[in-house]
Amino acid sequence: MKIIEIKNLYKIYNETEVEVKAVNGIDLNFEKGEFAAIVGPSGSGKTTLLNLLGGLDAPTSGDISVDGTSLGKLKSSKLIDFRMNNIGFVFQAYNLIPVLTAKENVEFIMHLQGKSKKERDARTKELLTAVGLEDRINSRPTKLSGGQQQRVAVARALASKPKFVLADEPTANLDSKSTENLLDIMERLNKEEGTTFIFSTHDQRVVNKARRVITIEDGKIISDEKKN
Amino acid sequence: MIWSVSWRNVWRNKMRSGVVITAVSLGVFAGVFAMAFMQGMAKQRVDSAIKTETSHIQIHTPEYVNVNDIENYFTNTEELFENIAADPSTVAVSKRVIVSSIISSAEKGGGVRLIGIEPERESEVTNIKERLIEGNYLEPLKRGLPAVIGNKLAEKLDVRLGSKLVVGLLDVNSQPIYHQFRVSGIFKTASAPYDETTVFVNYSDLTSITKMPKDAAHEMAVLLSDNELSGLMASELKQGFPNLNIMEWFDVLPELKYMTESMDVYMYIFILIILLALGFGIVNTMLMVVLERVKELGMLMAVGMNKRRVFSMIMLETVFLSLTGGVLGLVLGTGFSEFFETHGLDLSGLYKEGLEAMGYDTIVYTNILPEMIITVTLMVIMTGIIASIYPARKALKLNPAEAIRTDN
Ligand SMILES: Nc1ncnc2c1ncn2[C@@H]1O[C@H](COP(=O)(O)OP(=O)(O)O)[C@@H](O)[C@H]1O
Ligand SMILES: [Mg+2]
Repeated sequence: MKIIEIKNLYKIYNETEVEVKAVNGIDLNFEKGEFAAIVGPSGSGKTTLLNLLGGLDAPTSGDISVDGTSLGKLKSSKLIDFRMNNIGFVFQAYNLIPVLTAKENVEFIMHLQGKSKKERDARTKELLTAVGLEDRINSRPTKLSGGQQQRVAVARALASKPKFVLADEPTANLDSKSTENLLDIMERLNKEEGTTFIFSTHDQRVVNKARRVITIEDGKIISDEKKN
Repeated sequence: MIWSVSWRNVWRNKMRSGVVITAVSLGVFAGVFAMAFMQGMAKQRVDSAIKTETSHIQIHTPEYVNVNDIENYFTNTEELFENIAADPSTVAVSKRVIVSSIISSAEKGGGVRLIGIEPERESEVTNIKERLIEGNYLEPLKRGLPAVIGNKLAEKLDVRLGSKLVVGLLDVNSQPIYHQFRVSGIFKTASAPYDETTVFVNYSDLTSITKMPKDAAHEMAVLLSDNELSGLMASELKQGFPNLNIMEWFDVLPELKYMTESMDVYMYIFILIILLALGFGIVNTMLMVVLERVKELGMLMAVGMNKRRVFSMIMLETVFLSLTGGVLGLVLGTGFSEFFETHGLDLSGLYKEGLEAMGYDTIVYTNILPEMIITVTLMVIMTGIIASIYPARKALKLNPAEAIRTDN
């Protein structure tokens, strides 16, 4: 089942006369349950593409539709709610609210959605256990390692059961052990919860874990390979 | 959740928030204490004026109000007396005969208001008896008639207890009369002008000297259990005695009421100015906060916090920040005011002559009213809300994609 359809997508930045085609004509589809990596050198347009996919930025032209809803047609206030209810985000850094504990960070979006305490508690416990932080529930982010913080971020992204999770270089600031650990967790959640993961990276070990590898360069797809 | 995040955000940078909170609390403290001080001073002035000069209600003939002439008296005063004394809100009533006269000692002379009072009744209405600094209160003398005078007048006439005074006046038939009194007591009130122009003698002495009827009076004064009750009593009396003129204390001394009311307005303006100055500091602090948290705010907007929530989060943080300082300042201000409400703040070392000349006591008992606390709290909250608008709008202008981008 197709959940994301990208058609003829362009994002052109006009920095003082010089035109930067950060996304330069991309057509791409994602199926439900994928575990896909977007790979490419720095400056190739990975972040721009993920931001467009997540509705954080508007394309210069082209269209993205999620489950039949065209993001370009949503008003900005509707778009925010759409993001809250359908898309999970993991960024390279600054994922967590420093004044909230791990548990509170994970349930934050469920709070915004008005979910009941019972539901929030159950889901938070389940996810923090899944990412191996059941004993750090009440720790604030500053008391957690970089790897642990990213695991909380993954749990937060999954809390409201989004249609897909976008992770822009989630391991960029992690050592190799934490990187492997985070990828294993993401992979397991992908299998167990059936959540679609799309993540960008330029780390070969991360690429190896992906079941689909989309390589881009200068805003264009140069290869798109699926493994078994 | 947003409330809790905002509250905790206040304490993220303890140093910076601490500076703002200290500034706000000092400002509010200064404002509240100044207000309680001015309020206390005004209340004392009013209470003292009521107790020594005006009472709550004054009754005259309409003619006397126009011209303070000796013949404009009214009679049947005992009937009126019983009537008023029977009212539960009445504390005391007294009747007076008031005659303008010239007074002179062996040395000097001057114009005074000669007031004939019934000592017992009068002592319950006005506090002249308590204000005696020398002698006694119109007790019969072996030789001559007793008179109680103010200390300023005593100084002016150069007289002391037992000194002879000659009073010159026109009786009801406009015949000049001279009569001798002796100083039996000297009083001192907070008002120097009053102390220089007022002389008390016995009601019966004065009516017989002036040949007025036995129960005549120019003035009746009523003291009530509360300042607020004067309106009701006045309207009852106006109905019951349409031939008489009924005045409340602020009709007698209108400037007293204006003073209390305008004092309030000035004090609120004073606090408003303090808060305005503090407001700019708060805006500046919150701008720093927004600038510092660009990435975090971008993340929050990305994951689903809408504009309204981002706005309320920053607004709440600003209000919490100001209100913490405000509450601290209010507690300090109220505490100090409560202390000086019972102990009094002695200003005699500072400005004794000036205060007394204007009719103020030199010991000020501050007076803090509950509505002052509520109004100031609301003003602090409003300051927080207004101060948050600009920083919050800055935050709303952030583009989450740009804000969250980590360039590497
Ligand atoms: N706001 C912007 N204004 C101008 N150019 C931009 C902006 N954001 C990104 N770019 C440019 O777009 C290109 C793609 O950037 P990006 O998507 O961040 O690549 P990646 O994430 O693969 O490193 C780069 O050349 C970058 O300089
Ligand atoms: Mg990038």
